[in-house]
Amino acid sequence: MSDQSAAVADEDERIKEVSNLRKAMIRPELGSICGTILVFVFFLLVARDSGMFAADGILNWGIVSAQFAIIAVGACLLMIAGEFDLSVGSMIGFSGIVIALMSVTWGFPMWVAIITAFTVAMAIGWLNGYLVIKTGLPSFIVTLAFLYILRGLTIFAATAATNKTIIGGVREVAKGDWLAAVFGGKIFAGLFVWLAELGVVETFVAGTRKGQPVIDGIPMLIVWALGLIIFAHIVLTRTQFGNWIYASGGDAQAARYTGVPVNRVKIMMFVFTAFCATVFATCQVMEFGSAAADRGLLKEFEAIISVVIGGALLTGGYGSVIGAALGALIFGVVQQGLFFAGVESSLFRVFLGAILLLAVILNTYIRRMITGEK
Amino acid sequence: MSEPIIQMKNIEKHFGSVIALNGVSLDVLPGECHCLLGDNGAGKSTFIKTMSGVHRATRGEIFFEGKPLDFARPRDAIAAGIATVYQDLAMIPLMSVSRNFFMGNEPLKKVAGISFFDHDHANEVTVQEMKSMGINLRGPDQAVGTLSGGERQTVAIARAVYFGAKILILDEPTSALGVRQTSNVLATVDRVRNKGIAVVFITHNVRHALAVGDRFTVLNRGKTLGTANRGEITPEELQDLMAGGQQLATLEGSLGGTV
Repeated sequence: MSDQSAAVADEDERIKEVSNLRKAMIRPELGSICGTILVFVFFLLVARDSGMFAADGILNWGIVSAQFAIIAVGACLLMIAGEFDLSVGSMIGFSGIVIALMSVTWGFPMWVAIITAFTVAMAIGWLNGYLVIKTGLPSFIVTLAFLYILRGLTIFAATAATNKTIIGGVREVAKGDWLAAVFGGKIFAGLFVWLAELGVVETFVAGTRKGQPVIDGIPMLIVWALGLIIFAHIVLTRTQFGNWIYASGGDAQAARYTGVPVNRVKIMMFVFTAFCATVFATCQVMEFGSAAADRGLLKEFEAIISVVIGGALLTGGYGSVIGAALGALIFGVVQQGLFFAGVESSLFRVFLGAILLLAVILNTYIRRMITGEK
Repeated sequence: MSEPIIQMKNIEKHFGSVIALNGVSLDVLPGECHCLLGDNGAGKSTFIKTMSGVHRATRGEIFFEGKPLDFARPRDAIAAGIATVYQDLAMIPLMSVSRNFFMGNEPLKKVAGISFFDHDHANEVTVQEMKSMGINLRGPDQAVGTLSGGERQTVAIARAVYFGAKILILDEPTSALGVRQTSNVLATVDRVRNKGIAVVFITHNVRHALAVGDRFTVLNRGKTLGTANRGEITPEELQDLMAGGQQLATLEGSLGGTV
C-alpha cells in the first residue's frame, strides 16, 4: 500500500486520467475533420459516376474550395483575435473594380492597378480596425457600416466612370504582366501534359484543344489558398505573434496587462483580412477577365461560416486555421457536389444553415469541455 | 535597514472631475510584504495601476531603486521588474497553462532566420515552475480554465517571479478563494518574500493581511492614513482605520469580531 502511494506521489489524486479520445475531442479541428470525411463519403456514394472525382471534377470543386479558403483564412485569424469583418464581400467587389478601372479605363499598367488595389483595401482594413479600437464599438457594427459604404462606392465609381457596373477587357490588358500572372496564371502545366501521356489525366477527345489534357495546370488561386493556409497556420501556432492573436481574442484586458500590444494585433488582423479579400478579388478578376460591382455578395458570411465549422469560437480566443480550411473544403465540395449529383442548388443554402447551427452547438459543447465548466 | 525599492510620494490621480487619489505616499522594501488595506472605493486599485504603469499619476513622484521614474506603458513597468497579479488574474481560460505562462514574454528560437515560439522550452519551464509551487499539472497544454482559483493565482505569481519581478503586486489575491486555497496563496506569498522580492499585498481582509504582512498602509477616500509596522497595530485598529476612523465598535460587538 505504501509502495503504491510512493509510486504515484507525482500524480494528483484529484485529477482523473484523461482518455485520448477526450483529448482528441477538444481539438478545434475535430468537427471539421468529421464533416470532411462525411461529405466525401456521401458524394462518393451519390455522385461517383458524375465525374466529380475525375481530374477536371476535382479541379472544379478545388477552385471553389480555394476561393472560400482564401477569405476564410483572414476571417479565421481575425475571429480568433476576437473581431469580425462583415465588409469582406464588399471589399472583394471594391478591389476588383479598382483593378479594372485603373487598368482598363485609365490605362495604368496592370501591376500598378493591382498594387493600388491592395494598398487601398489594406488601408480600409486598417481604418476598420482603428475605428473598432478607438470607438470601442463592436466590430459587427463598424464593419457593417463598411459593408454598405464600400458596396455603394464601388457601384458609384463603376457607373460614374464607365456607365456600367461590369468592366470587361481585363484579360487583354493583363497579358504579359508579371504581377497579373501571380494571380491569374497556372503552374505545373508540363506535369499535366506528362500525366496525360501516361493516361492518368484524360485528354480532350474533340474540339480545338483535341489531344490536350483536360487540366492545363494548377490555377494560382489554389496556390494562394494553400500558401495562405500554411502561412497563417504557422503564424498562429508557432510564433510569438500567434500567441498574441489568441491572447487578444481570449481576453484583451488580461493580454494588455502582460504587455501584449492588443490594439496593434487586432488592427493588423483587420488589414490581413482585407489583404485576403483582395487576393480573392484579384484572382477572380484575372480568371473572369472582368470586374463587376456586385461581386463578393454574401462572401463575408460564407467566410465566417467556414471558420465556425472549423471550430473557432465566435467570442474569440480559440480556433484553428486548418479547421477553417477544412470548413472551406466542405463548402466547396458540397456546393459543387450538389451540382454534380443533380440536386436542386437552392438546397445548398439549407445545408449551409443546418451545418452552421450544428457547428455552433458542437463548439459550445467543446468549449465547456476545455474550460471544465459543466 | 535597506533602501526602499520603490517610493511613491504624494501621488494624485484625477479622472476628469473625480479625484481618485489625493496624495498617497508609500515605500516598499525588498523582501517585505507590504499590505495595502482599504475599503472598496478607497483607491487601492487606482494606486497600484499607477505603480504598474497602467495609469499615469496626475501629480506626485515615483522613485524606483532611487531613480525618478515615469512609466508610459505597463510593458515598461514589467521590464523594470514590477509585476502585477490582478484580481481577475490576467489569465486566459481558453489558452493552455504554458501559453499563458509565457504570454507577452514568449521564448523564441530561430529556425532559418525566422523566430518561432519555442514550445518545448515553454512547456518544460512551465511544468517545472508549477511543480516548485506545489501544483502538478496534467500537462503544460492543459487549459487554464480547468484550474481552480487558487491554482490560477499561483500560476500568475509563479509567472511573475520567473520573469524576474523585483516587486510583486497582488490585487486582492484571496478575496474570492476558499479557506484552503487562501492558505496556499498566503504560503506562496511567504515563499516569494523569502526570495528577497518585495510584495505589495492589496486586501480588505485584515486577518489575511496580518497573517503575512510586515508593514501595513491604510488607504481611505484617496488618502493614506499612515503606515504601521507588524506588532504595532491590532486588527481592531486596522479595521477602524479602513472604515475612516468611524467606530465599528457597535457593529463589531454584534458580529463578534468576525469582520
